[in-house]
Amino acid sequence: MESIYLDHAATTPVHPGVIEAMLPVYQEVYGNPSSVHQFGRKARRILDEARRTTAASIGANEKEIVFTSGGTEADNLAIIGSAMANQGKGKHIITTQIEHHATLHAVESLEAEGFEITYLPVDETGAVKVSDVEAALREDTILVSIMMVNNETGIIQPIAEIAAILKDHQASFHSDIVQAYGLMEVDVQKLPIDLLAVSGHKINGPKGVGFLYVREGTKLTSLQHGGEQERKRRAGTENVPAIKGFEEAIKILRDNRNEYKASYHRYKQLFLDTLKEEEVQFTVNGAEDKMMESIVNISFPGTNVETMLTNFDLSGVAASSGSACTAGSVEPSHVLSAMYGSEDERTTNSIRFSFGLANNEENVEQAARKVSQIVDRLSE
Amino acid sequence: MKEPKDTRVVVGMSGGVDSSVAALLLKQQGYDVVGIFMKNWDDTDENGVCTATEDYEDVIRVCNQLDIPYYAVNFEKQYWDKVFTYFLEEYKKGRTPNPDVMCNKEIKFKAFLDHAMSLGADYLATGHYAQVRENDGVHEMLRGVDNNKDQTYFLNQLSQDVLAKVMFPLGHLEKKEVRQIAEENDLATAKKKDSTGICFIGERNFKEFLSEYLPAQPGNMETLDGEVKGKHDGLMYYTLGQRQGLGIGGAGDPWFVVGKNVEDNILYVGQGFHHDALYSDGLIASEANWTKGNAPSEPFHATAKFRYRQQDSGVTVEPLADGRFKVTFDEPERAITPGQAVVFYDDQVCLGGATIDTVLKEEEAVTYVG
Repeated sequence: MESIYLDHAATTPVHPGVIEAMLPVYQEVYGNPSSVHQFGRKARRILDEARRTTAASIGANEKEIVFTSGGTEADNLAIIGSAMANQGKGKHIITTQIEHHATLHAVESLEAEGFEITYLPVDETGAVKVSDVEAALREDTILVSIMMVNNETGIIQPIAEIAAILKDHQASFHSDIVQAYGLMEVDVQKLPIDLLAVSGHKINGPKGVGFLYVREGTKLTSLQHGGEQERKRRAGTENVPAIKGFEEAIKILRDNRNEYKASYHRYKQLFLDTLKEEEVQFTVNGAEDKMMESIVNISFPGTNVETMLTNFDLSGVAASSGSACTAGSVEPSHVLSAMYGSEDERTTNSIRFSFGLANNEENVEQAARKVSQIVDRLSE
Repeated sequence: MKEPKDTRVVVGMSGGVDSSVAALLLKQQGYDVVGIFMKNWDDTDENGVCTATEDYEDVIRVCNQLDIPYYAVNFEKQYWDKVFTYFLEEYKKGRTPNPDVMCNKEIKFKAFLDHAMSLGADYLATGHYAQVRENDGVHEMLRGVDNNKDQTYFLNQLSQDVLAKVMFPLGHLEKKEVRQIAEENDLATAKKKDSTGICFIGERNFKEFLSEYLPAQPGNMETLDGEVKGKHDGLMYYTLGQRQGLGIGGAGDPWFVVGKNVEDNILYVGQGFHHDALYSDGLIASEANWTKGNAPSEPFHATAKFRYRQQDSGVTVEPLADGRFKVTFDEPERAITPGQAVVFYDDQVCLGGATIDTVLKEEEAVTYVG
């Protein structure tokens, strides 16, 4: 039985070029970048180059890049770090109900510390309304944190419009662009945003590495204490091999983005077309014209997530519900609950399929046929 | 009959040693084994710690050792509706329910069995100490070989349809052999302590737990002659034949719960383990299930258990016109408790069981028991 991976929004296969770039670093460059000898300098050079590539990928300056252990750490540093640094100016934070748990649980921890959080709703398209952000904004708002692309639905949020509103406000604007960064071009020269969180393993890079973009002048309190790495914003010896791999993943993306976009879009269409051809009952969650190429969230009436996912896996198809698990069992999606209300059956019968490098037309079509058979059997 | 490798067996895994070994044995026999953890109750405490999460971690570790896929399924809603609601209702009526029997009937061998079948399973296996034997097209349920561990009492509500689809891989083993197999195979759960008590209460204080869901109504503790001996904390906290927690001192034999008057909220107490009021000679039971399929139409003699881990006693079972059954004891029995199960056996075969409704003494219903 062939295993087919349709869960690229969870993590992606590491590109062979990335492994090739990392290996010599592991083998030869073991110095600590902070050391004042030649071994250290060799590592430092790799770090500097990676920082330059990374900064260039979003039009930033090298000093504005803080390497982290991944997207979650970058989100936490952005949110808690700016809340700590700016609490003298106010204690109000705006976010949305559909953020990744890295954001939601970070703001919840601030809420417990006395910060006031506004969780903006979304409509059935899956997007937050710019006017809602505007209405929620207060004089004492110090941070707005809204993701660029939702990880469960792939819905693109109106980040540029929100950034425009916030331009003359004291609040820092943070965006989790973990899902977006792979396929959407982001340029901080054009986009007036202060903080951006990115993860390496979502873009065919290694796990355990990510970065936070911090616009020059943005106040941030560091959360991790120790050495003076990352301009004192993130203590700890840099994960040089992973950062090298991350850099390579960024380069590969830079050179192939349009091609990836086109093929992932084609896979998604093929997947949906095959489901239609098999006459499976389904609806796509969220507005298709606001959806990123690589993700689609599908509701199958008359089924339930747990039974479907288990059946998919037993037949070799890997997908996910996109939401959190407790003791391994799937809780209704907070994103779909925000879109449709918590009682709606779509919160318990929807599956996220996400496409990427592990796919080709053949395996996508094959997966769609298997999914159809299973859904057919379960919804009888 | 399919080859084991083409036979999918879903194993209900709790994170305990028994179900771990059940999965191991099936895997060794060459079956296509799938491990599934059931989450029936959310006991997340104020620190965010949930025993289900810990138990599922153990399921994951064991399944990875066995190289079998593992999943979880959530039956919290079904458990609440079918088991917990029944549990509370029975206590409200002054009876002593058996949630494990109900859980097996409604959740493990119904909702969970359906789930397993929806995954293309041929069989559902659990770590229960019981055996299934096919005899002339009939699936008989036999006691587990380990007499001290035999769990057929809790499985008395299983029907033919269900028994045709279940496997109990531990039925022919002694508990100590199961532990030994776990240790020899270095299973992650080999040294894990057995869980005790009712699953949703776990290690917590039963009284405290119940008081969160049912209002306690304190009242008088009296002898059957009406002499007030003290106060009780609420009838639901006491079981017939119970000695502990009465707090009645004084001379003579120790005091026992001998009856409950739900209407007037009185707990009856009497002196001596063998107090006459605790003894009865028959009972009437409803909700009967006959594991071999056919309900008996004529009276018959069998052995029976009135509670888990009790020695069998001889009884005569007689079908009544209203579908219930009258059970007459060969010898008087102590502390027969409404709400509990009466389970019938023909030697090693578990014939089925029913819920005790009424306790009889010399053909009369005993009023103040439960």
